[in-house]
Amino acid sequence: MNNRYARQSLFLGQNTQQRIQQAKVLIIGVGALGSASSEMLARAGIGHLTIVDRDYVEWSNLQRQQLYVETDVHHKLPKAIAAKQRLEQINSEIIVEGIVKDVHGLNIETLMQGHMIVVDATDNFETSLIINDAANKKGIPYIFGACVGSYGLTLPIVPGETPCLHCLLHHLPMDTMTCDTVGVISPIVQVTAAYQVTSVMKWLSGIPLEPIVQSVDLWKEEQAKIHVSKLKNPHCLTCGEQPIYPFLQLNQQMKVGVLCGRDAVQLRPGQSYKYSLEQIAENISKQVKHLIVNPYLLSCQFETYRIVFFEDGRAIIHGVSDPMLARVVYNQFIQIGGSGQRVQV
Amino acid sequence: MSITVNGRKQLELFQNVQQLLKHYGLENRIVVVEVNQEIVMKENYEMTSLSKGDVVEIVHFVGGG
Repeated sequence: MNNRYARQSLFLGQNTQQRIQQAKVLIIGVGALGSASSEMLARAGIGHLTIVDRDYVEWSNLQRQQLYVETDVHHKLPKAIAAKQRLEQINSEIIVEGIVKDVHGLNIETLMQGHMIVVDATDNFETSLIINDAANKKGIPYIFGACVGSYGLTLPIVPGETPCLHCLLHHLPMDTMTCDTVGVISPIVQVTAAYQVTSVMKWLSGIPLEPIVQSVDLWKEEQAKIHVSKLKNPHCLTCGEQPIYPFLQLNQQMKVGVLCGRDAVQLRPGQSYKYSLEQIAENISKQVKHLIVNPYLLSCQFETYRIVFFEDGRAIIHGVSDPMLARVVYNQFIQIGGSGQRVQV
Repeated sequence: MSITVNGRKQLELFQNVQQLLKHYGLENRIVVVEVNQEIVMKENYEMTSLSKGDVVEIVHFVGGG
């Protein structure tokens, strides 16, 4: 046995170190926050880390998403795969599971199964509320975190004890939840992730997590800390007396969403399919440019659009911000690619 | 007249919480506000007046990560 955890065990104690090495932690999203927290947790020796992400590595990620390098961009690797590779280099003694998936109301419970605690490192409220619903339904603690600009905030949520994210957000019209496109600097990512990971370590040490929403603005040198027990809503549809978990109910239609600040739209079929990317590549090869296929996705230039098509039929279309137009482009692409190249799963 | 907002002295004058939020551009955002360690509910922002020495904490929710 090597002594890689010696300094940490001195601080946390041998028992907690053992618990950490037996722990199974789920990190949803491996962008900036997820890169930072998964690296800390992998170094800490978390026995089993599951990381889920829907996206692939791009140049604009490298400024703050610490797990990725330039070759990941060249190979258009999905973040969950690139992150897994890097985390395994950092610590080969742990299990890292990388899952390329868009998290939604129908798959989140399966993804969460068997995990002791969940770290929210997504970049949108919609997914956070889905995670919040599932965490409360399954009784798994969950650490909310988010950051933009030089500002970040965190909130630990313990089902049955603390208010949930829905309690805090319930009085808002959902359409005000647009995402910010003001940019972000890397130091706030580190600070926000540091708070989240500290909460995970405390929880695994057996220390109760207090419902404190904590925010920091590094640039303005401001911080706030509010105990939010009072905001627990007994009628909350997620954690109240009669929960219905509204965000876990997803209709079966194609879901189209504009990706924040990227001039891109994501389309996800209501049904889950498995496409043969190689077959599609063959069918479209004459009508597209810059074709790249790896085991996870296919990327190409189709007319004026750049299309990234995943094995499950999900696509990110760049060069468009109108969901209707994106749908048209998607359908054209599928027609040429051959929708016969798929099986329902 | 001075109050403390998120750990910093704020010298401007604000009659109530609603005005303070407006100053920070947070009136239409998802926020949790505390005045002297008491959470102020959204419906009370206008009637909660601020006076010298008050300690205010504001956390606003963002999506990004």
